[in-house]
Formats: sequence, C-alpha cells, structure tokens
Amino acid sequence: MEHHEQDNYSAHAERGASSAPARDISEALCERVRQANADKTPLKVVGGDTKAFYGRPVEGETLSLAEHRGITHYDPVELVISVRSGTPLRELEAALDAEGQQLGCEPPHFGQSATVGGMIATGLSGPRRPWAGSVRDFVLGTRVITHEGKHLRFGGEVMKNVAGYDLSRLMVGAQGTLGVVTEVSLKVLPKATETHSLRLEMTLDNALERLAEWGRQPLPLSAAAWHDGALHLRLEGGRSSVAATAERLGGERLEASFWSDLREQRLAFFGDTDSRPLWRLSLPNNTPRLAIDGDTLYDWAGAQRWLRSDAAAETVRDAVARAGGHATCFTPQSEGGAAEPFTPLAPIVAKYHRQLKAQLDPNGIFNPGRLYSEF
Amino acid sequence: MNILYDERLDGALSKQDKTNVLQQLQNALPDMTLLHREEDLRPFECDGLSAYRILPMLVAMPHTLEQVETLLRTCYEMGVPVVTRGAGTGLSGGALPLEQGVLLVMSRFAKILEVDPDARIARVQPGVRNLAISEAAAPYGLYYAPDPSSQIACSIGGNVAENAGGVHCLKYGLTVHNVMRVEVVTIEGERMTLGSEAFDAPGFDLMALFTGSEGMLGVVTEITVKLLPKPESAKVLMASFDDVEKAGKAVGDIIAAGIIPGGLEMMDNLAIRAAEDFIHANYPVDAEAILLCELDGVEADVDDDCQTVRRVLEAAGATDIAQARDDAERAKFWAGRKNAFPAVGRMSPDYYCMDGTIPRRELPRVLKGIADLSEQYGLRVANVFHAGDGNMHPLILFDANREGELELAETVGGKILELCVEAGGSITGEHGVGREKINQMCAQFQPDELTTFHAVKAAFDTRRLLNPGKNIPTLQRCAEFGAMHVHNGELPHPELPRF
Repeated sequence: MEHHEQDNYSAHAERGASSAPARDISEALCERVRQANADKTPLKVVGGDTKAFYGRPVEGETLSLAEHRGITHYDPVELVISVRSGTPLRELEAALDAEGQQLGCEPPHFGQSATVGGMIATGLSGPRRPWAGSVRDFVLGTRVITHEGKHLRFGGEVMKNVAGYDLSRLMVGAQGTLGVVTEVSLKVLPKATETHSLRLEMTLDNALERLAEWGRQPLPLSAAAWHDGALHLRLEGGRSSVAATAERLGGERLEASFWSDLREQRLAFFGDTDSRPLWRLSLPNNTPRLAIDGDTLYDWAGAQRWLRSDAAAETVRDAVARAGGHATCFTPQSEGGAAEPFTPLAPIVAKYHRQLKAQLDPNGIFNPGRLYSEF
Repeated sequence: MNILYDERLDGALSKQDKTNVLQQLQNALPDMTLLHREEDLRPFECDGLSAYRILPMLVAMPHTLEQVETLLRTCYEMGVPVVTRGAGTGLSGGALPLEQGVLLVMSRFAKILEVDPDARIARVQPGVRNLAISEAAAPYGLYYAPDPSSQIACSIGGNVAENAGGVHCLKYGLTVHNVMRVEVVTIEGERMTLGSEAFDAPGFDLMALFTGSEGMLGVVTEITVKLLPKPESAKVLMASFDDVEKAGKAVGDIIAAGIIPGGLEMMDNLAIRAAEDFIHANYPVDAEAILLCELDGVEADVDDDCQTVRRVLEAAGATDIAQARDDAERAKFWAGRKNAFPAVGRMSPDYYCMDGTIPRRELPRVLKGIADLSEQYGLRVANVFHAGDGNMHPLILFDANREGELELAETVGGKILELCVEAGGSITGEHGVGREKINQMCAQFQPDELTTFHAVKAAFDTRRLLNPGKNIPTLQRCAEFGAMHVHNGELPHPELPRF
C-alpha cells in the first residue's frame, strides 16, 4: 500500500521549492520483489537513471525507486542524515547546505535527477575522496529489501556499530545486485570555514613529486588534479591555515567551479568531440606515469586517472594491474567501450562473489549481470 | 542465560577424537608448533573477557602462510572448528576457545613487511601490535590513526576482526576506514586478496564485510593500512561540569559550532576519582563530569578552534576549563582517560565493561537509566564515554567472589545494552559481539536480519567451522532468550517455534 507520510523532517524537506513531497512506497516495492522472486523475473533497479551507462546492461522489469523519497531524519548536531533512496541528491545536498554541512565524499551527479540510491549503488566519489573518504566510508546504516521481499535494517544512525556483519557498506558499489537499498543513514560533515582553489603551471613529473611530498605533510588539501601542464589544488580548512598555505603555494586563483566541472565530467577533456573510450584508472598513491597511449587527466593526487585511449582493454588493464590498480571503462560497449566495464576478478574472489550472490539472491532477480556476466 | 557454547542452542559440533586430530595435524604440519598438553593450553583458555575460560582441544601456532593454508584445509576436511586469536586482548570473548576446536594463534606473524612513506601505507602481518605501526611510521612524520586504548598490546589482525575504534574515531574513522587491503585464507585453505593499495577495488566491498566479522569468514594473514601525516599541533582542553547533562549538551554544542575534535571524551565522577587516584592527572575530583576535548591539525587553526571551543564550553556552563600547557601535560590528561579501566579496576575486585552506542542526544536519558539500574541492583557503575561518537563504556563494579554478583553484573550489563538499543543505538561500538553479547544480538536484530547474516556466513564457510557460535546468534538461542524476556505478557518473535 502506498501512502503519503508526515516526515519528522518536513520543515527541511519542503525547503527546496521544486522538491516533490516525501513518500514511502516501501510496501509496494516489497510486494513487487516478492512477486518477481516467486516468478523468477529479473528486476532492473532504477533511481534517477543518470548512471545507467556505468556497468553492463541489465534485461529486466524496471523497479523504480524514484517515488520512494524524502529525508526521514536529520539532526545536524548528530552529524547524521537518513534519507530514502529515491531522494534527489541535490535535495539532500540542499538540506545539508542549509545547515552548513555537506557530504564529505562529494559524489558526482551526472544529471539533474541523480538520486541517493544511485550514489550508493555505484559508490562513486568526487575530488575530495582521498582526504575525506568515499561514499562507503560515510554510510552508517541501510534499509534493504531482500529477495524474499522483506524490508530489513542493517547498521543505524550511530557513528560506531560493530554488531553483526557490515551489510550496509557491502551494499555500496554492489549496484543493486544484492538487494534493494531503500534508505540510507549517512555521516555528514561541517563545511570548511575557508576554501581556496589555485592553479600552478608545472610538468606532470614535478607535480607527482610535489604531491607525494605534500601527502606526508599536514596541509589543508582537499583536491588535487593535474592536466595539460597545470596542477589544480583546492585548500579547505580553518581561515589561518588556508591563508598561510595559499600564500606559500602561490599560483593563480582558480574558480571553485573547476571542481564540480571535474566531478561532473564537464571539462573539455570529457567532451563528446573525443571519440576514444573513457577509462577510470584507480591506482595506489605515488604511481608514476603509465605507458599507455592516450590522453590522461590526473585526479585524486594521481590515484584516480581519467584516460582517453584506443588501446585494447587488456593493454590498459595489464598496465594498471602491474601498478597495483584496476581500470573501469566508463564508455558503454554500445558506444565503443570495452565489453567488460569492470576489471575481471581473481578466480577465488569470483567464487566467493558467486556464493554470496547465490545466498542473498538465489533466483538472480536483482540487476543480474550488472557487474559481471556470471552474477 | 549462559553465554558459553551450548550445542542445544548454538548448533551441534562434530565430535572429535583429540588424539586423532593431533596426529593428523602433526603429520600434515610437522614443522608447526602444536600445543596439546593441558599445562601448555592453559594460557590460551580466555581472551580479555577473563570471566569465561575454556580449554581448547589444541593450540596451533603457525609461522608461515603455507602452514595456515594447510592447517585450515586439514581442519576443513576433518570438520574441526577453528577459532582464530591475535593478541588475546579482545573484551567480548571473540577468541574464546572451543573444547572441540583448534585455537589458531597468529602471534608469530609479527613482522612489519613494508613502510612506504610516499604511498603512505604500511604492509604488516596480523600479529603486529597496533602501536608498533605508528612507531615504525614515525620517522616519516606519519602514523596509523585508530588507537584503541589497548594499543600497546592489541594486534592489528584483531583490530581488523573487531573493527576496532579508539578515542579519535569521530575525525579519523574506525579500522574499516583505515585499512586498504587484506590477504585472507579461507576455511578451505584458499588465498584471497580483498581491497587494494588503490582507493577502491572491483567487485563487492568484501574488505568492508570482513572488517569486524570476528574471524567468522576467513583468517587474515596480511594487512595494508593507510598512514596519515601527523597533525602539526594537538591541544587538549579539560572542562569540568557540576552536572552530567550539561556536559552532554556541551558535546553537541561543540559539533554545532562546526568543529570536529580529534578526540572528545567524557567521564563521570566515579571514573574521574578512580583515574585521579591512579594516575594523578590533576582531574577535578569534585566535578560531576569532565570533558576532554582534543583539537588537532595545523597550528594556527588549532589555536582558533581552542578559542571557539573555550567559548562554547563557557556558554554550556563549564565550572572550570583547563588547557594542557605542553605535550607532557596533554599526555597526562589522556593518561587518566586511557587508564580509566585499570583505574576503576583498583576500586573493585572485578568490573564488567560495556560498549553500547547511542545517538548523543539520548545521553541524559540513558545515563539516568544506568543510574537507576545501578541503584536497583546495588552495583556501582562508572561511566567513561567516547562522547564525540556516542560510544559509552559503563563499567559495572562487582566482586566475583561474592555468590551471584557476576550474574548480577551481567544482568545489569544486558539491561544497559537493551537501553542503548531502545535509544536507537547499538549493543557494541567497538568491542564486538563475540560470545559476550550473543544474547543481546537478539534484542538488536529481528530473526529475518539474523537469517541474512547466517546466509552471508554460509557463503564463506558452508560447514560453519570458523569461530562457530560467535557474533550471530541462532534463532533457537534468540527464542530461548526471548522467552526469558517477556514484555507486557508478550513474547518477542512469536513466530518462532519454542523449545
């Protein structure tokens, strides 16, 4: 049964003029899942449909969470917000902003309709990730619909909780293949008092060297990206430290919008004019330049690299694996990307993935094949 | 209700002939230390939860990865349960042995394999002590952030198994936030790498799942941790209050001012007096509560934040605010807090430490509830509180030599945890469930949630051989536990068959 609900956070939920009313459709969602499980019908779980490109295509009946929305609880002093999966990310961020707080992981939206559920499913984080933590680092609890259509709760709204297995964090990045995440509780952070972005002309090798050196120092860094002969830095922290560091580093002032353009892939580097597939390379800190043909943009102080390259998937993955990382193809196969977007798993690790999937979704109804063809 | 393994409630264990198991393991692992005589087994009969002791059937002390693999494979083939143990400092009985099981002691895996200051990681074996990692990283200006109070003794393998915390969690996270990669051996003897030296890894986040899984899913044989640059400056303020509730409110006020302290701890009067008597940290023994607030980071910011926090504390009604003048005094302020458990131990023959977490706003209500329980059962309770992250450590004072007092302490402890769950919190913030809180898990989770946990377990350990009976209770146990906790004439979980 669907019903409108009086949320205990209605004051904030109504603040965004365009926001739809909070709504709890979990009963209906559970019923759909029960039916699908009984019929062994695959479900394609969808929120705002902004990150459909990220992963393998799924064939199944659409289970939309877009209507399951609203902030269910927000207590800024507790640094915790609980929010339904269908809630637009921008609505969540607006509510936090009104209290001087933010999501530390700075997640990409990739579209106006991006939802909280999509952030959890993909686990993608933005430029602040190396310093503040990833999406999964901020997850405190989840509500999940199991394959039997039961609505369960794991974790909670407290900062520390080691009772039972950490199923909440397991759900992050699982792309809805283990259950339907209907609600999530997130740790939030106060915004920094001061922020300053700057641009320094320097070579890549010089930049990587400086970044390694700065990484060992307690600097108020919160983003670092290199491309096309320039290192871009963001400082966030107290007034005194940001001012002192900005003076020490010099360079020219950079618009703060650089970072949202980087996060949302709006920089020219990501433009449609380049038809080469886009790869995301995730690498250890201090990885040197890799010998792969193409153009590279270095984010996360070099630990996340965006590569435009025509090189074969195996070539890219071999070079990245030798450096201790993994490579994800962001361009769908239908647009010329690799057949397998995610790096294949080692055989033993794959075996336990299969067994976990078989335990939590024995009929294979949740986003089958989204991550890997075999589950 | 007893927490010791009960086959009727916790599931049948296969009957093993000790001589046979010993022989098989000796044949398979001629070079591995295998203890079997009672006097050799005795030191391993308990972990940090010393009220419970069980002699293991055998103690295995491998020193190579191959030995761990062979040991696990052989036990798997024979159907022998395996309990893994690190330094044995755990407070929830997670490494409590089984009479019919092998205790796998990882203490010989004690090497720091690599400290890479440029990548800011350390690769270590599980038996390495928590503090030893920070000591090895110190020459590079780096450290490992999670600092459980037992950090001089506890091992990093145990930290991963329990998802250990410490006094700096609010700002720097738990073990799960500071571990990048673990090498694991499964019960079937297979090697597996989870996580990576990069910031993420493909597939499910099994590393997060394994962290805090209490040795139920696999055996961790190597760990790569993240190192952080040491804060340039750290300063600590100590505020006294004439009322616990005011101190609790001050905690929220500090956060509301947009400050995330490196550490934010609270102690009540009984804990203050115990610590002062033991450490002489210049704690105000007349205060009803103190707050210790550590601010760390870049020097100039720390000074600004100290001013802000001082104003907040004054406005919140602190009767006195002292700032540590130097690192020596700062260390002294912390020494009182970090030694609060042994300090309380000097006041009473025995104490029982709880580990519930609550949303901070519930603090006054929960403290009141604890005070009421203390009065009702006639046992003193000292409160030590990781105030910043809502993790309470009530210490229940009792005398085990007095008939029935241990049971009484456990009853009070159990009720405190249920109070935490009712307040929207958890029965354990950092010590783990182990055997100690196996019954209270029934209060925190519904049968369907427990069933999901058992499904996760089955994915990694079909035969239920790794640390059986810990962490997740069976539905049978919960039914029995529920039957003892009839609320308003109504049984919890009426859908379950009763015994």
